[in-house]
Amino acid sequence: MGRPFSMTSTPAPSSRLIPLLRQIGGTVVTLFVTFLGLLMVTFFISNVIPVDPVLSILGERATEAQMEEARERLGLNEPLWKQFGIYVGNTLQGDLGTSIRTREPVLEEVSQRFPATLELATLATILGVLLGVPAGVIAATKPGSFFDQSTRLIGLMGYSMPVFWLGLMGLLLFYGQLGWVGGPGRLDAGYQMSLDFELTQYTGMILLDTALNNRWDMFANAFSHIILPAGILAYISMAYISRMTRSFMMNELGQEYITTARVKGMPERRVIWVHALKNVMVPLITVIALSYAYLLEGAVLTETIFAWPGLGSYITDALMVADMPAVLGGTVVVGIAYIGLNMLSDLLYRLVDPRARV
Amino acid sequence: MSTLTTWLRDPNPASRMQSRLGQSYLSWLRLRRNPLAMIGLLITAALLFVAIFAPLLAPHDPITQELGRRLLPPGTPGNILGTDDFGRDILSRILYGSRITLYIVLLVILTAPVVGLIIGTVAGYFGGWVDTILMRITDIFLAFPKLILALALVAVLGPGMENAVLAIALTSWPPYARVSRAETLTVRSSDYIAAVKLQGAGPIRIIWGHVIPMCLPSVIIRVTLDMAGVILTAAGLGFLGLGVQPPLPEWGLMISAGRKFLFEQWWVATMPGLAIFIVSLGFNLLGDGLRDVLDPKSASK
Repeated sequence: MGRPFSMTSTPAPSSRLIPLLRQIGGTVVTLFVTFLGLLMVTFFISNVIPVDPVLSILGERATEAQMEEARERLGLNEPLWKQFGIYVGNTLQGDLGTSIRTREPVLEEVSQRFPATLELATLATILGVLLGVPAGVIAATKPGSFFDQSTRLIGLMGYSMPVFWLGLMGLLLFYGQLGWVGGPGRLDAGYQMSLDFELTQYTGMILLDTALNNRWDMFANAFSHIILPAGILAYISMAYISRMTRSFMMNELGQEYITTARVKGMPERRVIWVHALKNVMVPLITVIALSYAYLLEGAVLTETIFAWPGLGSYITDALMVADMPAVLGGTVVVGIAYIGLNMLSDLLYRLVDPRARV
Repeated sequence: MSTLTTWLRDPNPASRMQSRLGQSYLSWLRLRRNPLAMIGLLITAALLFVAIFAPLLAPHDPITQELGRRLLPPGTPGNILGTDDFGRDILSRILYGSRITLYIVLLVILTAPVVGLIIGTVAGYFGGWVDTILMRITDIFLAFPKLILALALVAVLGPGMENAVLAIALTSWPPYARVSRAETLTVRSSDYIAAVKLQGAGPIRIIWGHVIPMCLPSVIIRVTLDMAGVILTAAGLGFLGLGVQPPLPEWGLMISAGRKFLFEQWWVATMPGLAIFIVSLGFNLLGDGLRDVLDPKSASK
């Protein structure tokens, strides 16, 4: 594969840099507008709730004067646009409200849960790329072959299975019947204790933390727990990545420079895995970022099945007890991660592909 | 029969209808050569058949509880796929559940693509600030995590089938707007649009009669490919208890009921999941095949 992102051939003189900076500026503006849109929707959702927020905070025994005081304090007597302004200001300062269930700040709870989701989605994306890209490339070089047809069918099957059902079936087979993997949760109960007392938690991601602490026994246990949920998410991400790789690759192999390289007698292996793949990597970055963003979200149902203490199970747990500040706070955080990844892929695309620079 | 096919294959069609039917016939011939797409079509047809004739096909009532016959394994005489924890026949519940699935899918595809089509064609046809505003809104919705937005919406609106449909529709129109805008941009400056305009047609007439028909093939392909997604999202909402409510035999809900005794009575959660899988696969295979037929650009050669 060599250096797929090698940029040595395209030095970036300052004349090229200025339009690029302008584009980045434009992207930041878009980012902010989208962020405002996200908050507008969550604000709208929180305002159409038929539940009186004051009532849920103070309880039914509060006097009318107390309720009025609370309304004033929460800014509920202000006009709607002003309330929205307060909401945006609070969110920008990291105040996502207070969970009704636990009385803790939502941001604090969410940031405790986030590493677990990040760990799951990252491992799944890595597996998905490692399987999906080669599968897509091979399928594109032999279109119509048995390999191509099977990849296509396996991919379509991935699109067609409810991820929560796949999770249950995985547990049934690999945990219940075969006993190959750890069950729900991030660690065995015994290790769960030593996690808090014996381990320095650098990142909150157990695989990294155990490795950094040199606790390889614990690493192995954590791995046996994460591999099934990560594998299931990786399957879905692989389905998407291999399909897109195939279509990009087909497109690339029809280009004239490929014919030239072949005519010059370059080995086919080099034509495909070096020349064509290098160019395919550019649109693939977008695809991988999108699939990563999707996994952050798709983890919701998987986390429920595997009792994975991440953001997704935080949101669904909060849903069950109608803890709306927690639900909306979690939604905002996932939304921001989602928007951020989209924008990042856009920027990377422009950086890597000189043609995308206007 | 042979006169019909010659009529359909006539290279000089006498009427607009004959030419359209002839085109559809050629597409059908191409689709028929794709075995996977035909399997998809078969599954979709089977879903329709089962949904229509569920009362005739189902051996038991899907709701009536029979506690003496609870959790019987598959293969039990009278209960081929076994029974659930209330002694209800799983096969009958799956057969009746197809009605709920089909109902949800139909409601979503009657709303989301229509909204997207209108927004996309209007944005693409008028251009300028109309385009900017409409597409900015579309982008904002596209930038959302779909499932989580649907979850939050249902949490506010309250669980139930109608609200689940509303939440799914509200989160799934943006791709249709994107697709139809792109198609509109390619036809907007064509000569035939200019000709209609010179004849005095107004924007509504042009969009309705001359732009939307050009967008339809792409939208239809997307709809078919999205249907599996709609089924999966609806099942996911049902699984979380936010969609269709018990005792209705919704497939996602049935899986969630079987989760409690997954390791002892595996069939209760497995069977409805298989139904979801087969139906979604059917739509996906059909959509994939249709794309190859209707959209030669992306056809895999």
